[in-house]
Amino acid sequence: MIEIKNISKSFEHKQILKDISAVMETGKTNLIIGTSGSGKTVLQKCMVGLFEVDGGEIIFDGKSLTHMAQEERKELRQQIGMLFQGSALFDSMTVEQNIQFPLDMFTKWSLQKKIERVNDVLARVELEGTNKKFPAEISGGMKKRVGIARAIVLKPKYLFCDEPNSGLDPQTSMVIDQLIHEITIENNITTVINTHDMNSVMEIGENILYLYQGVKEWEGNNKEIIFNKNQKLNEFIFASEFLRDAKDMRMLEEKGIIDNDRNMDDLMRDGGANLLMDGGDKKQD
Amino acid sequence: MKLFSSIGAYILMMKGMFTKPENFKMYWKELMHQSVEIGMGSLWIVTVISVFMGAVSAVQTAYQLVSPVIQKETIAQVVRDTVILEFAPTLVCIVLAGVVGSKIAGELGNMRVSEQIDALEIMGINTKSYLVAPKILGALITIPLLVILAMALGIYGGRLAGSLGGILPTETYDRGLLRDFIPKNVWFALVKAYTFAFIISSVSCFYGYNVKGGALEIGRASTTAVITSCVVILFADYILAFFLL
Repeated sequence: MIEIKNISKSFEHKQILKDISAVMETGKTNLIIGTSGSGKTVLQKCMVGLFEVDGGEIIFDGKSLTHMAQEERKELRQQIGMLFQGSALFDSMTVEQNIQFPLDMFTKWSLQKKIERVNDVLARVELEGTNKKFPAEISGGMKKRVGIARAIVLKPKYLFCDEPNSGLDPQTSMVIDQLIHEITIENNITTVINTHDMNSVMEIGENILYLYQGVKEWEGNNKEIIFNKNQKLNEFIFASEFLRDAKDMRMLEEKGIIDNDRNMDDLMRDGGANLLMDGGDKKQD
Repeated sequence: MKLFSSIGAYILMMKGMFTKPENFKMYWKELMHQSVEIGMGSLWIVTVISVFMGAVSAVQTAYQLVSPVIQKETIAQVVRDTVILEFAPTLVCIVLAGVVGSKIAGELGNMRVSEQIDALEIMGINTKSYLVAPKILGALITIPLLVILAMALGIYGGRLAGSLGGILPTETYDRGLLRDFIPKNVWFALVKAYTFAFIISSVSCFYGYNVKGGALEIGRASTTAVITSCVVILFADYILAFFLL
């Protein structure tokens, strides 16, 4: 579990994070969502210690990162895996060498054991047989999966993912989301994901933190987010007309006005306006 | 003000290198890799420059020494001392500032921009000691060796140009090389080589490591690294000559 307490962070007199507190639970996919520039990446980088916080505290299973000595911090970081937005694979190394790198650095395992572990994690991310390829030779989705494999090779207790779906098609995005979700459950790790992908929010958002201009605006899960009353959050998640329509349909479904596809033809004909009005009237009645 | 903060950041980077390696074997591997990259990667250009530098030096010295009272051996003496004192350490290091400096700054800049340095930090690796220290040590090992090679090749280039151009026979050139030789000059050249090697590698690492932005900034950092290295080398050259000669 990771607790963040009253975190603040400024860059050159511009306050990016303002008094943020939250709890990231173990065995769950914890999502930090918000528009670009809302402070998601800064918050995540503060959590892993890449940025020093101006105020507040970050606690990893009872141990405060903020008050840790350098050596302790190094030890903690060996329990952290991170998937970067651009994957951050080492260009000059093959896929196998990239994944093996943390093992070379921090274990005294035999080469055979290291290769076995590399092959295990490659199989877990469904990339068997790509060992000898260089990052430049694989697709964006594959790079993300190699990034995940490298992040989990040392069996971390905490997994951080910075916009794991950026630049990926919706289908690949879902595969990556599911992979992260499954790995979180299988290994009972604390996963923190930065995203503004609504598919991810709906699919794997077990604990969601919404940031707006550096302030925590809302907290909940993917079931609560649809019916939230927060105007800023609604403007963010229902930014497109399509999503607003989808929300209306979901609400109609919840109210029992439509049943799956039964009223679909009617909805398609008049954009759902009549049904919505009827629904509203009925409820009032 | 910016200059002072840059110097401060540079000193902090240097200080940050001195920590216990997470895995000595991996650091050694990286040091060997960097030594090969810097040394072997610059071998060809150093060879070409050194031979021509000596050859041109011989031809131009002969052109200027027109008096019949000055012996032909003097040409070899001038080539030898010019190559050892200035051309091999300073000129070669200026070229290496371009070749090695831009490579180091570009490599680290790219790693910074593509978050590879952050990835290493997250793993718990001290990137200053893992990425910067092997480059500086690699330069300190290989650049003085390249300078020694440049001395030999420069003197040989002068001998070759002298005999091919009919300026002076090889026996005369060899006699001139041995006349009034001051061993201290070689020691002085090596002091310069080590100083310049440190300047080239550390300044380039500093600019590359601290890149902020994207591809454009990587290019800018490489250029700034080369320019700064050259200026600092020339300044150090003067200081060393003033105090050590």
